[in-house]
Amino acid sequence: MKNLILSTFFMIFLVSCQTENINPKEEFGFQQPSNFPPPVYDLSENPITVEGFELGKKLFYTGLLSRDGTVSCGSCHQQTSSFTQHGHSLSHGIDDQLTMRNSQPIQNLAWSKSFFWDGGVFHLDLFAPVPIEADNEMGETLPNVLQKLRETEGAKSPKTDYPLLFEKAFGTKEITTANFLKALSQFQLMCISSNSRYDKHIRNESTDENKLTAQELKGLELFNQKCATCHTTELFTDYSFRNNGLPIGNPNDEGRFLITQLEEDKFKFKVPSLRNVEVTRPYMHDGRFRNLEAVLDHYADGIVDSETLDPILKKNLKIELNEDEKKNIIAFLKTLTDEEFLNNPLLSEF
Amino acid sequence: MNTKINLSKVSLFALFMAFSLILFSCKKDSETEPEIDPNKSGTVEIKFDNIYGQDDFTLNTEYTNSVGENFTVDMLQYYISNIVLKTEDGREYVVPQEESYFLIKEHDANTQKIQLPNVPEGNYNEVTFTIGVDSLRSTMLPENRTGVLDIGVEGAGKEMYWRWNSGYIFFKMEGVSSAIEPTENNPDGRFFYHIGGFGGYESQTINNIRTITLSLGRDAAKAREEAMPSIHIVADMEKVLGGKTDVSLREYPVVMFNPFSLSVSENYMKAFEYHHVHNEHGHE
Repeated sequence: MKNLILSTFFMIFLVSCQTENINPKEEFGFQQPSNFPPPVYDLSENPITVEGFELGKKLFYTGLLSRDGTVSCGSCHQQTSSFTQHGHSLSHGIDDQLTMRNSQPIQNLAWSKSFFWDGGVFHLDLFAPVPIEADNEMGETLPNVLQKLRETEGAKSPKTDYPLLFEKAFGTKEITTANFLKALSQFQLMCISSNSRYDKHIRNESTDENKLTAQELKGLELFNQKCATCHTTELFTDYSFRNNGLPIGNPNDEGRFLITQLEEDKFKFKVPSLRNVEVTRPYMHDGRFRNLEAVLDHYADGIVDSETLDPILKKNLKIELNEDEKKNIIAFLKTLTDEEFLNNPLLSEF
Repeated sequence: MNTKINLSKVSLFALFMAFSLILFSCKKDSETEPEIDPNKSGTVEIKFDNIYGQDDFTLNTEYTNSVGENFTVDMLQYYISNIVLKTEDGREYVVPQEESYFLIKEHDANTQKIQLPNVPEGNYNEVTFTIGVDSLRSTMLPENRTGVLDIGVEGAGKEMYWRWNSGYIFFKMEGVSSAIEPTENNPDGRFFYHIGGFGGYESQTINNIRTITLSLGRDAAKAREEAMPSIHIVADMEKVLGGKTDVSLREYPVVMFNPFSLSVSENYMKAFEYHHVHNEHGHE
């Protein structure tokens, strides 16, 4: 944590004393965790700068993105819950409307191959228009949002003069669709969670006080045997779409099928990452399970067979887990909680 | 042939043509047909005129489709992209890709005539274009989706893009039909035809990209530095609902990202026809 703050200050310091022949702006922030694979997002297409990140953060936390100013990205994506909406099974949008699904964490998106539970969006830069324009999320239109931002020109405080902030970030006052989306991506790309106790264990950075306990280690071993096929380490998802045998909830929510119209994709949803899973409850695409115990109970004896049930689960219709094993796995899953990420002031609203 | 369209205009035009022919025939050949200099270029115009059978198509006018349903249309627009012109002697001019996206709107006459600058001089008698947006552009980043493709601009990509399932709507037609049973969600009996689908990003999905080639037959658009030929293409909306497949609005009030959209795009692919070309100067 200290390191991150220090390095951030150092980078800001660097930027403020930059000489003409280097451009430290482009070096800001994004750090590749040594235990992660290379990112999927092409950072060379949108280099993260201090100004771009700060602009993205302002956009992330402003109600201007919604029709009546009441809903920001941060409303449904709260940092302390790993940028999910704490405690809500279905996320709330504008006019107290319920959405169809449980909001997903914003973490490690640079490694994500697709977005949303159904993978309907294939690039992070194309993500934001969806919640902005959904009637039950922010209820706005992208052109209106851009117009509202343009109209802040000459605002009393330079902190709310968006054309000025865009100029700082992108060299032009013109607020284009592309730059607006790039700024939001820059903030989201910086939401990297890679400093959980598990990470420190894997990277041999554990100190005596945060070493994994015998129970957690046992849980890790069980996890690798029983869960890691889909929740592949280090990102704890393989980003595939699977039907994990949930009884059909909202029958209209056919998951991946809505995107591909392929019969084989009916009721398939993206395998979620388990990083920070302790704080992202409730679970599943519709938030039907209140706690991790209920999730493991589902895999142990709640799986419902169907046409598109994942082949891995089809054979036995269960993952063999006794009560002790469940407890050990849950103990392990909690080692994926990344306090540094959840409390990082760089990412926080205030 | 659709000789009844704008009959008065057509007959006036015929008179004008006859008159000009007389004029031209009195001139020397070299003046009537300027020589082609491939180092020079000019502008070619393509005009898209929506029709309904033998009539000019107009919004909010009642039509009857092939299965006898009455309907009116209040929104009709589609993308035309990736235009290629071919000369009589087989030379191809490919309009630079980034300049080759147009959104034709029935409610905005200015969008119905598209002008292609920098076309090398030549007699062009074949035109190829895509109805919709190609898959490559459909997967590019927002900075490469400007102009009519910009999803943050009203009257451009904003109305022609599915956000939740990243992709452009290629062809959009909406209206009202008395054949559609009113429901709580659709009290006016509206229909929504939003056709898109570029084939999928990861898995193979609906592909409604339709590219068509139209021959100008014995005609040619004579691109010259000092002349702007205008190729007129008609798009017959009667065929959109009743070309290869007869479409019942009652049965399909909403056609968006679903398999039936393939039938509609097959239909509208057949709806585009070459009509005529103008080569004289300053033609409106």
